[in-house]
Amino acid sequence: MAVLSEEQEMLRDMARDWTTNESPVAEWRKVRAGGEAQAYDPAAYATMAEMGWTGVVVPEEHGGSDFGWLSAGLVIEELGKTLTASPLASSIVAASAIMLGGSEEQKAKWLPQLAAGEVVGALAVDEGPRHDPAAIEAQVTGGKLTGTKAFVHEAHGADLFVVAAQDGLYLVEKGEGVILSDRKLTDQRSHAAIAFDGAAAVRLAGGGDDLLDQVLDRARIVTACEMLGMAQQVFDTTLDYLKQRVQFNQVLATFQALQHRMADLFADLALMRSAVEGGLQALDSGFGVPRAATVAKAEANRVLHLISREGIQLHGGMGMTDEYDVGLYLKRARVLEASFGNTAYCRNRFASLGGY
Amino acid sequence: MASRSPIDMQDETEAFREEVRQFVAQNFPEELKNTGSAMSAVEGPDEETPAQQSWREAMGQRGWGVPTWPREYGGGGLTRKQVAILNEELAKAGAYNPIGGMGVMMFGPTLLEYGSEEQKKEHIPPIARGEIRWCQGYSEPNAGSDLANLQTTAVDKGDHYLVNGQKTWTSGGQWADKCFCLVRTDRSDKHKGISFLLIDMDAPGVEVRPIQMISGMSPFCETFFTDVEVPKENLVGEEGQGWTIGKRLLQHERTNLSGGGSMARMMGASLSDIARKYVGTDAEGHIADPVLRDRIADFEIRWSAFLLTGRRAAEESKAQGGVSEISSVLKKVGTKLGQEKAELTIEIMGLQGLGWEGEGFSEAELAGVRAWLFGKATTIYGGSTEIQNNIIAKRVLGMLDHQ
Repeated sequence: MAVLSEEQEMLRDMARDWTTNESPVAEWRKVRAGGEAQAYDPAAYATMAEMGWTGVVVPEEHGGSDFGWLSAGLVIEELGKTLTASPLASSIVAASAIMLGGSEEQKAKWLPQLAAGEVVGALAVDEGPRHDPAAIEAQVTGGKLTGTKAFVHEAHGADLFVVAAQDGLYLVEKGEGVILSDRKLTDQRSHAAIAFDGAAAVRLAGGGDDLLDQVLDRARIVTACEMLGMAQQVFDTTLDYLKQRVQFNQVLATFQALQHRMADLFADLALMRSAVEGGLQALDSGFGVPRAATVAKAEANRVLHLISREGIQLHGGMGMTDEYDVGLYLKRARVLEASFGNTAYCRNRFASLGGY
Repeated sequence: MASRSPIDMQDETEAFREEVRQFVAQNFPEELKNTGSAMSAVEGPDEETPAQQSWREAMGQRGWGVPTWPREYGGGGLTRKQVAILNEELAKAGAYNPIGGMGVMMFGPTLLEYGSEEQKKEHIPPIARGEIRWCQGYSEPNAGSDLANLQTTAVDKGDHYLVNGQKTWTSGGQWADKCFCLVRTDRSDKHKGISFLLIDMDAPGVEVRPIQMISGMSPFCETFFTDVEVPKENLVGEEGQGWTIGKRLLQHERTNLSGGGSMARMMGASLSDIARKYVGTDAEGHIADPVLRDRIADFEIRWSAFLLTGRRAAEESKAQGGVSEISSVLKKVGTKLGQEKAELTIEIMGLQGLGWEGEGFSEAELAGVRAWLFGKATTIYGGSTEIQNNIIAKRVLGMLDHQ
């Protein structure tokens, strides 16, 4: 864990208390059982907004606390630990797109509402099942957006979409010309295909030619934060399980074959945490973001993949049951690994950034 | 204590920086610019040039080779901030710290903690001046990972101990002046029967034989002790305290073996540069072999995460005022990655990267082969990877002892 300021420690502890007491995995199970397409509890999101989490990266002049990315990451990590379903990460990324590329007028209009949690934002970039920001066909003509977006995270609860078109990023409000189709993925969270059929679109004109990359790097890093929380939780739960489960008249934790596997996972988890925190710190310092974001997402992919697989194996048959939580993490893990850059994508980008 | 204003502290910082600059300008021989590293200077064979000697003496006199050690024992007595400035200024001038080796990295810090006043006064200043080389007498033929099984005995003969036995993997034993040694003073207790003893390598009865390794080099030795008389005052701590002191010393060893910075310097050219040269690039400037490119990126990403972890461990340890628990992973991860890089390096070069000697190979190619082979030792010495895993499982993860 990075060295935190007193305020950051308080924020982290507050988030941890809340997820532990008010939003354990049992809460996600309730949401799942409810079967709503938006797949989160709006009351829980309202509570998050009251606690200030929706405005953590938003400047004070626009109603946020300007607490920075490391602070946002601490909260998102805690949410990841208990699989708390919410559009928080999605909305923070959407807000960051407006902070980076919005006009003063756009900032003044949207940021206070996003910071207050009154408006939920979502990012719509990819048009196919694999992350490929270089293959955007959506087009805007005369302020009207036409095109389709695939597997948009948190689409059902979103009021405002940040949409990648051929010539840049646009803001599109839900409503006329924005048609959602459910795409139920294995994590059973909110994902939808969106058909934009002449929807009113306003361009984010600032931020430079690489605005989309900058926004995607933020998406990669906050996604990696959720993955970090998940990996930490699966590791901790698995360790507890090994310390309790008795076979051959011994608790499993006494077997060296299992001890060494856990030691390996512990080391990988340490690398993942360093990479993810490195991404957050790069965002806060504004230095070396593309590389740091790529390392963060790549390590998050690699390590969560490994830990989610080992978590099932080390739980034995119990890990295969829906009653145990570990399988829920596995399913969410694969969805996040494939989002905003899988391992192959990250390696390719890392090499390109390194000039090879 | 009167508090100092930020402006005073700023002035003191700048004054120290100026002092370092002047010292380097006056003492660092131009011919040594961008050459040295502390490791080779102290642990290799004795072939110091006059320029190297004068630089070592200058740094040694200031105590800046061991900048954080107390001044009363010949150290620099510097604050962390001052050490950072010293390192910055040395780097800027292309200079280096000429004082290193096991005395600095392992034995000195341990003696400062456990040694008597007389022992510190006798042994620390020569280490600080880079005059005395120490070697480590820990492993034995039947005491490797199970180090506490060591059998070299030290029998109490009144005013001295009589030492008999064999040590192995004594790094730099053929060049060392003295040896810090774990010996058995009591056969009735495996751990509490071990003591920490300092032995002169030129004492009668000490014999050193270099071991030829797969790399063709002989950095390790077998050391034989036959009726060696060691004065009683060379016992560090009390009889039976050797295991505690010896383990503390290993912590210093692991910290040094895994230090991201020094490892990075040892790692040489980047894999992508090597691949560009040996495999070539395509029209887009990418490494021509896409599979290799992907594997290099995979390695570099994990290496980046490792460097970040080293930095984080240091920051956490500093903030907590103790050793961060993730420090326990640095040795095993750093050494594994170092080996991976060496394997990739020779693979990229093809058979040209497996040259043993003679014509047709560059110095870098030949050195790469030796480094690849020597690097196999890194996951074995200093507590093998398996021992590191045991330590992590038991001490950090609280997994129980195997029954």
